[in-house]
Amino acid sequence: MAQSKVSWMIGGAQGTGVDSAANIFSRAAASSGLNVFGKREYYSNIKGEHSYFSVTLSNSVIRSHMDEVHLLATFDSETIIRHAWEVESGGGIIFDPKQTSEKITSIPTLEKNVVSGILERLKGEGLGNSVMDVLEVAKKNGVKLYPLPYVDLLKQVGEKIGETQLSILSRMTNVMAVAASFALFKLPEEHLFKAIEQVFKAKAKVAKMNIEAAKIAAEYAVRNFSNNGISFHIEPRPAKEQRLLINGTSAVALGKIVAGCRFQTYYPITPASDESVYLEDHEVFESREVEVLAENPHQAESMELNGKGSIVVVQTEDEIAAITMATGAALAGARAATATSGPGFSLMTEGLGWAGMNEVPVVITLYQRGGPSTGLPTRHEQGDMLFVLHAGHGEFPRIVIASGDIEEAFYDAIAAFNYAERYQTPVIHLLDKALANSTMTVRKFVYNDLVIDRGKLYFEWPSANGPYKRFEFTDDGISPRTVLGAAGGIFWNTGDEHDEFGHISEEPVNRCRMMEKRMRKLETADAEIPDREKVIIHGDVDAPYIIVSWGSTKGAILDAIEYHAQHGLRFAFAQVKLLSPFPTKLLQELLPRYERIICVEQNYSGQFAQLLAMRTCIKPHNLILKYNGRPFSFSEARDTLKRAIEKNEARIVTNAGA
Amino acid sequence: MAVKLTLANYRTNVHNDWCPGCGDFGILSAIQMALADMQLDPSNIAIFSGIGCSGKTPHYINTYGIHTLHGRVLPYALGAKLANPSLIVLAVGGDGDGLGIGAGHFVNAGRRNVDITYIVHDNGVYGLTKGQASPTLKRGLRPKSLPRPNINEAINPIAIAIAAGYTFVARAYAYDNKHLKEIIRKAISHKGSAFIDVLQPCPTYNDITTKEWYAGEDRIDPETRKPIPRVYKLEDTGYDGEVQSPDPAEAEKKIAVALAKSFEWGDRIPIGVFYRNPYVPSYEERIASRIPNYLTIPPARQPIHDAEKHPTADIEQIMEEFLVTEA
Ligand SMILES: Cc1ncc(C[n+]2csc(CCOP(=O)(O)OP(=O)(O)O)c2C)c(N)n1
Ligand SMILES: [Mg+2]
Repeated sequence: MAQSKVSWMIGGAQGTGVDSAANIFSRAAASSGLNVFGKREYYSNIKGEHSYFSVTLSNSVIRSHMDEVHLLATFDSETIIRHAWEVESGGGIIFDPKQTSEKITSIPTLEKNVVSGILERLKGEGLGNSVMDVLEVAKKNGVKLYPLPYVDLLKQVGEKIGETQLSILSRMTNVMAVAASFALFKLPEEHLFKAIEQVFKAKAKVAKMNIEAAKIAAEYAVRNFSNNGISFHIEPRPAKEQRLLINGTSAVALGKIVAGCRFQTYYPITPASDESVYLEDHEVFESREVEVLAENPHQAESMELNGKGSIVVVQTEDEIAAITMATGAALAGARAATATSGPGFSLMTEGLGWAGMNEVPVVITLYQRGGPSTGLPTRHEQGDMLFVLHAGHGEFPRIVIASGDIEEAFYDAIAAFNYAERYQTPVIHLLDKALANSTMTVRKFVYNDLVIDRGKLYFEWPSANGPYKRFEFTDDGISPRTVLGAAGGIFWNTGDEHDEFGHISEEPVNRCRMMEKRMRKLETADAEIPDREKVIIHGDVDAPYIIVSWGSTKGAILDAIEYHAQHGLRFAFAQVKLLSPFPTKLLQELLPRYERIICVEQNYSGQFAQLLAMRTCIKPHNLILKYNGRPFSFSEARDTLKRAIEKNEARIVTNAGA
Repeated sequence: MAVKLTLANYRTNVHNDWCPGCGDFGILSAIQMALADMQLDPSNIAIFSGIGCSGKTPHYINTYGIHTLHGRVLPYALGAKLANPSLIVLAVGGDGDGLGIGAGHFVNAGRRNVDITYIVHDNGVYGLTKGQASPTLKRGLRPKSLPRPNINEAINPIAIAIAAGYTFVARAYAYDNKHLKEIIRKAISHKGSAFIDVLQPCPTYNDITTKEWYAGEDRIDPETRKPIPRVYKLEDTGYDGEVQSPDPAEAEKKIAVALAKSFEWGDRIPIGVFYRNPYVPSYEERIASRIPNYLTIPPARQPIHDAEKHPTADIEQIMEEFLVTEA
C-alpha cells in the first residue's frame, strides 16, 4: 500500500557524513517529484557526538517532520541504540551486522540517563545489553532488520574502482546507507545518481566513486531485502511547479540580496552565522541595469554596475560592533543588517535602543535557539519573543515580524527592510533554529514584481525645502530622511533626547513631542500594514476551535489540522506574523468567535499567550508548550491538539524528539 | 569649489557647555581649522563621537554629526565609511570611551585599516561622570575626585595602536592647536586608520596633569627664568617614524623605534607622528580586490530598485544551486 507520506532517518557521529547523506537522499527524492521536509539535529560539537537527520517525504504538501520513523539508516551502534525505538511496525532498520555485539554501556557519547533508561527497558523484556538486544526489541515490535555488510561491499567497490585503502573507501559508507534506503522505498534510482553528481559537482572522481558504491549497495539491498521489504511506500508524482530544496539561512540570505541589503555584519554564532557565510560566499551577484531614477543621483554610478551587484559582509569583533556597524552603514544610506542568535542579541540591546532613538532603519535577523545563557546552542526554542519585544532600556518603536516557514522567511526578509525604511526604525526578523537548519522543498522564489519601499528617503536636500531637520515633527511621526553625504542634508544624531535637528535637548515640552513622534510611527505602521501581513488565517474558519501561534510551529500545526480535518475534528488557525505593532484589534475581533482558543508555542512560560492577554485581554483556554530543545513534530501537534480538545487541560507540555 | 569655506562654515550655533578652560575647546577648534584648511565639503564629512564630555564635539561642528554610544564610536564610524567610502569620516571620543569600554573595538579596528581618523581626548579621567580614573591615569595618582589613589596601571595608547595595526599613530596636545591641526590634516590625508592621542587637560577633575604641568610651570629654568615645558615635538628632534618602502623589514624597524619612544613620559613628553606606514592596504582596497566595483558603487550607492520600484538583484543564477531538477 502506498502512503501519502513516509519518513526516513539517518544518524551517525558528527563528521561521518550524516548531513551529506541526508542532502543526497533529499535531493534525490525531491527530483523524483516528491516534497521533502528535513529536520537536522546535532550537538554543540565538531566531531564524535551523535547527530541525525529526519526526512519526511510526501506527494502532496509537507511542512513538518514526524516522530514515527519508517526506515532508519544506520552505520554506527549509537544511532541504533537511540532511535530503534522510534521505528514503526512494518518499518525497517538498516545496520552494520559487524557491530551488533557492541555493549550499550561501552558507548561514551550516550548520556548516563539515556543508557540506564534503555537498560531498564531491555531488562523488562528479559534481554541483555548489546546492540543486538535493542534490535531484538524492534523485531518483536514488527520492525524488519536489514543487515548491510558495509565493509564487504566497500571492498567490492574498491575492486571496481581500483582503490584499496579502506580509509578512503569508508567515506562512502553514508552513500551506501542512502542507496539501500532508496531501494527499500522502491524509489527510482536514477534520481539518486543524479543527486550524487550534483552534490559532488566540483569533484567528478568522487562523484563516480560514490555512484559505484550506491549501485553496489542498492543491488545488494534488492537482492537480499526485497522479499521482506518495508510496508511504507510512496508514489512520486511529477511536480507541477519549479521547486527549491533549501534551508532557512539560505532562504533569508537570498531574500536579503533581493531586498537590496548591501551591508551585513555578524559575529559567529550557531545557528545564525550560516546566513552570513553564505552571503559572503555570494558577495557579488547579478543585477539588472536600471533606468535613470529621478530621485537617485547615483545614476552615473549605476552604469558602472556592469550587471553586478554586491554585498559587503563584515565579521566584527563582537555583536555590539555588529549592530553598531550595521547602523553606521544604514546612516550612510545602505540597506544594512546583522544576523545573530540569543546571546548575541543580548549584547545588541544598547545598539538597538540607539537605532530606535535615532530612527535608523536597521534589520536584525534573530535565529532563536535554546536559552537562557548559552543554553542549548544547537537546539530549538522560541524563548526570546518577550525579550525581543522589550529589549533595551526606555521606550522606542520597533517592528517585529516572525516567519512561519522557510518560504515565508525569504519574503519576510524583504518586508523587513521595507518596514525599516518606511517607518525609520529597527526591525527584528524573528526566526529560530528549526527554520535555520531544516531543509524543505518550496516553490521557487518569485521576486521580480515585489516592491522595494525606501520611504521618505532623500539623496540630496534641495535648499528650496528650507533648512533640513532630521527629526521634523510630522503627522505620521515619520520625518524626511537624508543620508550621510547628501548635499544640503546635514543632520545630527545623538542617543540623548534631541530637538528636530538632532541636537541634545532636555527641555520637557520637546521631550514629550519627540517621544510621541517616535511612538506614533507604530500607530502609522499599524494603520498601514495590511491585515494579511499581520495575521494569516488558516484551516477551517468556521471551526469551533482556533489555534493561535507564531513562528515555526506553523508547519506542524498545518499538517496536524489537515490530518484532523480528515478525521472530523476541525480547527481554524491564526498565525500571528506581526508581533510589534501587535494586531490587537484584529485578534480582538477574531478570537472571541471561537469556543476554544488554543495557544501553541515552544517555550516554558507561554510567552505569546502572555502577550495576547496583555494586548487583548484574551486568555487562551489551552496552552500547548514544548521546551526540550526539539521542534514540534506533526505527530505531537496532532496528538496534543486532540488532547486539548478532549481533556481541556490548561497546560499541556510535550517533549518528543531525541 | 567656487566659494572659499571659512571657519564659520564649520561651526554651529549650539551652545557649548564644556567647563571654562577645557582642553576640548582646543581639539574642537583644531578640527574645524583642519577642515577649513583642507576646504572639505561639510556635507561630505561625518564626525562620529562616543559618550563623555568629548562626545558632544559633533554638535558644535557643521558637518554630519553622529553622537553614538559609550565606547562604540568606532564600529558606527566604520560602518558608515565602508557603506560609502567617499565620505570623510572622523571619530572622536574620550579615553574612557575608546580605551576602557571601547577597547575591543579600538584594537580590532587596527586590524582593518579602514580610512578614518580617530581622535582620543586623553584627560586621564572620566569627565562626564565626575572624574573617576580613566585607563590612561598612572597608578598611584589621585586626581581630586578619587577617594583613593588609582589602583590600576595606565595603558599606553600609542603602543597599543601601533601593535593593533593603525598605520598612522600620533600624539598631540590640546593647547597647541596649530600643531594639533597639522596632525589632524595629515591624519585625514593618510589613507588608512589614523589614531591621534590628544593630551587634554581637564581643568575640573584632573588636578595632576594640568595645563600648567604640561607647560612645566613647576620647573623654572634658573637662567631664563622661564618654565621648561614637558611637551616637545618629535619632528624638532629629527625623529622620523615614516615608513619609506613597502619592505616589511623597514616597517618592523620603525615600529620598534616608535614603541620604545611611546614609553617616554614624565619630564619629557613627545608629541608628533610616532609612526606612519602608507604601504598597508586599506580595508576598502581589500574589499575592492574581491568586489571590483566596490569603490565606484559601494553599498550606499547601489541602485536596488528600478523606476517601478522592483528589485534589481537577479538571483536566478544563485538559486540554481537549490533548484530541484526534475527527471
Ligand atoms: C554603557 C554606559 N555605561 C556608562 C555610561 C556613563 N558614562 C557617561 S560618560 C562616561 C565616561 C566618560 O569618560 P571619557 O570617555 O574619558 O570621556 P570624557 O568625559 O572624559 O571626555 C561614562 C562612564 C554610559 N553613558 N554608558
Ligand atoms: Mg576622559
